[in-house]
Amino acid sequence: MESETLQTSVPVIDVEQLHVRLAGRTILEDINLCIAEGECITVLGPNGAGKSTLFKVLLGLLKPSAGSVRVLGQPPRRGNKQIGYAPQHRVLEAELALRARDVVGFGLDGNRWGPGWPSRRQTSLIDQALEEVDGTRFANVPVGQLSGGEQQRLLIAQALLTHPRLLLLDEPLANLDISREREIVDLITKVCRQRNVTVMVVTHDINPLLSVTDRVLYLANGHGALGMPNEVITGATLSQLYGSPVEVVEALDRLFVVGAQI
Amino acid sequence: MFDALHYTYIQNALLAGSLVAVVAALVGYFLVIRGLTFAGHAMSHIGFAGATGALLLGVDPVFGLLVFTIGAGIGIGRLGSNVRQRDIVIGIMMTLTLGLGSMFISLYHSYAEQAYSILIGQVLGISQTDVLVTAIFSVAVMSVILILFRPLLFCSIDPEVAEARGVPVERLSVLFLVLVAITVSMSVQFVGILLIFTLLVGPVATAMRIFQRPLWVIVCAMFLGLSSIWASIIVAANGDWPVSFYITAISFGVYLLVRVLSPLWIGQRNEQCPSVLFTPADTLQPERGPKQAATTQVSGSLQEVSH
Repeated sequence: MESETLQTSVPVIDVEQLHVRLAGRTILEDINLCIAEGECITVLGPNGAGKSTLFKVLLGLLKPSAGSVRVLGQPPRRGNKQIGYAPQHRVLEAELALRARDVVGFGLDGNRWGPGWPSRRQTSLIDQALEEVDGTRFANVPVGQLSGGEQQRLLIAQALLTHPRLLLLDEPLANLDISREREIVDLITKVCRQRNVTVMVVTHDINPLLSVTDRVLYLANGHGALGMPNEVITGATLSQLYGSPVEVVEALDRLFVVGAQI
Repeated sequence: MFDALHYTYIQNALLAGSLVAVVAALVGYFLVIRGLTFAGHAMSHIGFAGATGALLLGVDPVFGLLVFTIGAGIGIGRLGSNVRQRDIVIGIMMTLTLGLGSMFISLYHSYAEQAYSILIGQVLGISQTDVLVTAIFSVAVMSVILILFRPLLFCSIDPEVAEARGVPVERLSVLFLVLVAITVSMSVQFVGILLIFTLLVGPVATAMRIFQRPLWVIVCAMFLGLSSIWASIIVAANGDWPVSFYITAISFGVYLLVRVLSPLWIGQRNEQCPSVLFTPADTLQPERGPKQAATTQVSGSLQEVSH
């Protein structure tokens, strides 16, 4: 019992004074994060702000230049099955003859050597994951024939296969039309609330995710601000981050960030 | 016609040819899905300089072939995945080595015939030692690919997630190209450097029009490759034309046939999942997915560069 309470009080992500330099450029400077289990964090910021870089650090794919990073109490390492990751939407080629369920299956054993034999247990795990993203009907369709939204659901299913405690989604809503966007947002909400999975979503536009977002991490100019949406997405906070005048306009129940250098 | 089967040299050709067809199908499948068909083709041309250089030095051309193709494979593996840039560099290297090869040939006129057989292939002249060597290499390459099967397939489809899952993507890339180099060197004795595409890519391309799952595609490609090699050797043994001509002709003929007929079953496949293709929201923006995603992908890689 004691170890259980210990586990839930250890933050899922604990970052202190993170500095990341790449090719002589400082991407991230003095980033501090403490993210608890079951939180849904939206990561915002302009292109090149370091959002994908932060993910790479959390995944153990990139070594920080300075600072300490702890994911689920441990330093980041590659191949951590407790983290599910769906990078920016890739084009899965039209000629690619792999079925949706085969691609999802990679999340389970794609990194193991050998040709692998299909097992009933694996098939049922894949079926479960597909059902969770409402993808059972296209399980056997070649991925190249799926629409953008369906491919996105598939990739999230792949990320969920190992029952991760942390889910990192990079631009899951890119290139989706409104109804498909809502499907993905509903999926994220379900995963976060029902499964108590910590979710970090990188996006350009927070508006579709406002309903599920607990806190916002805004990255700009190498710096970051973490807090409630109405605290972070304000003219004052963002002007400080960018180092130049920024205004946040609220219209039609949506937030718009306006600035000279964004 | 089948009397030819009694001759040792024909049996050797069939044995070695079968081994090569099987390996080429397996390696060729990954070549196609990784978008490396041009690289594979170029590697054979680059190998040409190695082969002719080896002739110049009085060494078995296969060694020169192996050294140069493996070197090319490692180099290409490290060029990274920007296809356009990579293919330009490969093209430049290829033409340089072709020029080098032709210079080597011009230096020794007596080796012109051997050079010719390197270009076109001469399977009917191989010895039992050659068969043994081919067998050893084939088994080695196939075993390695089988061990690498899942992670290689994974990082061919999705290198980013594969890397996040712990797959050593770059090392696998280079290792795979070394395996391609060995396969190319083995195949050159059959179809020659100019026609390597026909063994590596032809059967796989045809099989992909028939089947969907990797295992089925590979097995089908093996079958197609085996049939074309057997047919070619037997027919060529009874005539004057080179085996490689028959291999390419049969390969092309079968591909054309399957391609022309494939709408028959591909249409059926689509009908089985109508909801996938015709949901109203999707049809509103039919082209949006792939094209715009391609733009996202481009800007994604530009970001990597600027990072």
